[in-house]
Amino acid sequence: MSASTFGSGIRRREDPRLITGAATYTDDIVVPGMLHAAMLRSPYAHAKIAGIDTSAAADAPGVVAVYTGADLEGELGAAPCAWLLPNADLKIADYPCIAKDTVRYVGDIVAVVVAKSQYQASDALERIDVDYEPLDAVVDPKAAVDDGAPQLHEDVQNNQAFHWTVTGGGDIDEAFYSAHVVVKETIVQQRLIPNAMEPRGALASYQKATGELTLWNTTQNPHIVRFLCSLVCGVPEDRLRVIAPEVGGGFGSKIAVYPGDFITVFCSKKLGVPVKWVESRSENYQATTHGRDHVQEIEMAATEDGRIIGLRATVWAGMGAYLSTAAPGIPTILHGLMLSGVYDIPAIHEDVYGVYTNTTPVEAYRGAGRPEATFMVERLIDQLATKIEKDPAEVRRLNFIPKFDDGHDVVTGLTYDSGDYGGALSKLMDASGYDQLRAEQAVERKKGRYIGLGLSTYVEICGLGPSQVAGAIGFQGGLWESAIIRFHPSGKVHVMIGASPHGQGEETTFAQIVARELGVSPDDVKVMHGDTDNTPMGWGTYGSRTTAVGGAALALAARKIRDKAKIIAAHLLEAAVEDMEYDDGNFFVKGAPDSGKSIQDIALMANVAWNMPEGVEAGLEATSFYDPPNFVFPYGAHLAVVEVDSETGHVDLKRYVAVDDCGPQINPMIVEGQVHGGIVQGIGQALWEEGVYDDDGQLLTGSLLDYAIPRADRLPPIEVHSTVTPSPHHPLGVKGIGEAGTIASTAAVYNAVIDALQPIGVEHVRMPLTPERVWQSIKEADERG
Amino acid sequence: MFPPEIDYYRAGSVIEAAQLLGRHSDSKVLAGGHSLIPVLKLRLAAPSALIDIGRISELRGIAADSSIIRIGALTTHSEIANSAVVGQQAPVLAEAAGMIGDPAVRNRGTIGGNVAHADPASDLPQVLVCLGARFVVTNSTARRVVPAGEFFEGLMTTSLGDTDILTAIEVPAAVPGESSAYVKFAHPASRYAVVGVAAKVSAEGSRCTAASVVVGGVCPAPVRLAAVEAALVGGDMTEHAIEVAGARTTDCLDDDEVLGDIYASAGYRKSVARVWVRRALTAAIGRLS
Repeated sequence: MSASTFGSGIRRREDPRLITGAATYTDDIVVPGMLHAAMLRSPYAHAKIAGIDTSAAADAPGVVAVYTGADLEGELGAAPCAWLLPNADLKIADYPCIAKDTVRYVGDIVAVVVAKSQYQASDALERIDVDYEPLDAVVDPKAAVDDGAPQLHEDVQNNQAFHWTVTGGGDIDEAFYSAHVVVKETIVQQRLIPNAMEPRGALASYQKATGELTLWNTTQNPHIVRFLCSLVCGVPEDRLRVIAPEVGGGFGSKIAVYPGDFITVFCSKKLGVPVKWVESRSENYQATTHGRDHVQEIEMAATEDGRIIGLRATVWAGMGAYLSTAAPGIPTILHGLMLSGVYDIPAIHEDVYGVYTNTTPVEAYRGAGRPEATFMVERLIDQLATKIEKDPAEVRRLNFIPKFDDGHDVVTGLTYDSGDYGGALSKLMDASGYDQLRAEQAVERKKGRYIGLGLSTYVEICGLGPSQVAGAIGFQGGLWESAIIRFHPSGKVHVMIGASPHGQGEETTFAQIVARELGVSPDDVKVMHGDTDNTPMGWGTYGSRTTAVGGAALALAARKIRDKAKIIAAHLLEAAVEDMEYDDGNFFVKGAPDSGKSIQDIALMANVAWNMPEGVEAGLEATSFYDPPNFVFPYGAHLAVVEVDSETGHVDLKRYVAVDDCGPQINPMIVEGQVHGGIVQGIGQALWEEGVYDDDGQLLTGSLLDYAIPRADRLPPIEVHSTVTPSPHHPLGVKGIGEAGTIASTAAVYNAVIDALQPIGVEHVRMPLTPERVWQSIKEADERG
Repeated sequence: MFPPEIDYYRAGSVIEAAQLLGRHSDSKVLAGGHSLIPVLKLRLAAPSALIDIGRISELRGIAADSSIIRIGALTTHSEIANSAVVGQQAPVLAEAAGMIGDPAVRNRGTIGGNVAHADPASDLPQVLVCLGARFVVTNSTARRVVPAGEFFEGLMTTSLGDTDILTAIEVPAAVPGESSAYVKFAHPASRYAVVGVAAKVSAEGSRCTAASVVVGGVCPAPVRLAAVEAALVGGDMTEHAIEVAGARTTDCLDDDEVLGDIYASAGYRKSVARVWVRRALTAAIGRLS
């Protein structure tokens, strides 16, 4: 009846409300008696606070309270770091919600004003007099570890937050010693600013009489917010309800629980009234977490025919002024363990230094560690191809891990689930007409046109992940997911999930999962998420895990329902359970499908419970907790075609072709949408985006006028293809697809630009590839001759 | 993004607006609000009052006779971009207006507000200088007409006085044997012009009889490229002649004046301006019928 919707691109049920402006975001929520908070943020990247005078602000019209760091003493704990990376000499510096004596980045909170209106709160901020004594700042992660660099935290020598290593396989020094070819590069993975359309905010409503607090919050993981908020703010978890209403994009920037959230809770608790805080776009740039910010020195050793024998890297990862909630795991676990990429690399070694700098804290940003790893490997393999004068596709083929369908170990310690990397590349080359493109490129080159082709063949780790692994790698939570399926008497279904989608479309795809498993129409399934009071525990939506983990929980809950329904159906049909069969929502005695019971019949009978089998509980409801046995590893092959204007340095992206494999696709339209969005964000890193600080730590790209996010008119149509390789361990075989595009596309575009400029002799351009940078590199190559 | 408290007056006529400006020192004229409101929200400016001229209907609309197009200061970019008469008689103005920002910006932003703000990265100033437009300015006592070349004085600075209101812009209509083009190297975030070149050429056969070439975005105010024009006029407009003329761009740019920022340094702007000049000329010449 309805199983056929699984795998079809039905329209997203989320879209009507999102597109027509009918969705309710945190800032849309109004609670009677609500006051408004505004944060005073440091204009200095590094300064001592010699004194703060809030008296004029306290007297300003409409102001109810002004709090500084001193007011929080003993009442509000520090903002916690919740990824305690083991064996890495991790040094977590104190992260006070309101700075007490030192500010460490432009945007560090110095005071909060609570007033009757947002205007009054904003006006009062100007009346707070802070006496700053500026200190030297450091913004570059590599420079910050040097002796003599400005020190951010007294107890953190050389600003080194951690030193993490991954070593696997054979002797890395021996690999380089015996190599015929070594290629090297220094890559700056520039700082990116996530730019969710909705800025961050919180509305806290404390009820003095009951001690209960409701927090509406722009978060990707309301259950984590509840857990951490209860620890930091002193509201017991049973009295704390966190609601993620509509959340307007996150991309990782809404994983962390921020000082602003804790302060808003503190204010509501202290004043006994609801308090709302919503950041401005300027604050969003300054104080919502950033991404990437690596300086990478990498080298690859190979045989003369292009077989990789070793990969060695040192990475300085800027962490910002403090360690955000999940920050330490991003440039390490999610990055270093992926350095083998899609290749069989016998020896790998990487040192990662996490470094405090006088900048906005750095966290997960779409891809979170994997784009930075993919870029390294994909860049070096292209260099290797150039050096040995082979086509980059050929060198990739030479090194691919052979097709496998149930596990492959790489030397970093991971076991990839399934993959056919050569298959994806073949499909890409066919779909794009790669050989023809190379032939055309040769012709155009002779005419003086700079056309480039860039490949990126990637694998990524997502569907985070087994909880046992979470514990072993210091993640201070579980990584399972849960789902409840509840049939109402009329056969309509409620699904409650612990994950918290915010635009990805799981209200639609999860209904498709239930439809497939239980034969109901997806229109009869309502999927609820985001409210900790009416959803089961879950660890959140990030790391492309909602479908990969939460979807599995849902499928297993559906199968429990099916098992129970079968028992009830057998009872109603006066048959033995062993004689029952099931097909698309119909339970029947073998050979008699026409006189079966539908899932709706059984839902009614289970709910009225007039005639239940002995020992079977009333109701038709199931809960499942799913802890995956392994991560999932989507992969693919991407190609970018560019033309470089050698006179101005402008890069014109002419074509983009993608082949991705996320296993069976529940809704191909949604997969395509995720692939599109992901690719575009990765292209943004290659061509346009960079969070720039000056040497004093002032953010120079603090608005949409300065920070270039991708725009549709600069992009070609994206050609999306796929292959289907099920994950062997997932109940539905599916893998995540939320980040794949971003993980692949930066390297594809970068490689294409370098390929275009090969006749001129350009080997490296710092990202983003702005016209001036490309033009400058052409000029320098010309001058070198 | 909450602006400070600010007094607001809605003027019913140009005279009333001029009087209000005179009465409130440090007040600002509000038209489409696309430059002023963001500055207020960022608290980068705190004028004593806003004088809203947005509903003065006499400031709106496009009228033309055979020689002059008169564009009211409140006319929006999209009205200009989509105007048949502007499209026929000053096509380069319509072309440039259609490249400003995005549809939402073009639907609210006005030509008067745009030029009065005099952002060096704007598009219209160089086009209006190129076309030899005239700016009609009124205050409570007098009305005067300012040539475009004298209107723009420098970075965000015009010849408008404290109580002056720009009411209209008069653009000479195109004549036969003339063609024009606007090309723009847009900033990827703001879409403002890093370099914007307006070019107008007149020809008899293949010979150039007159040229007007103006570059914006590179210096604090639009720069007329006299050396480029001189190199073209009198000669055949061959690819080589365009190349030679374009190469004179650099001679017209004063090193001390060239702007630079984190996206495009002064040296880069200066170096690539000639490329955009050449492209503007090529486009304009290609349109000669």
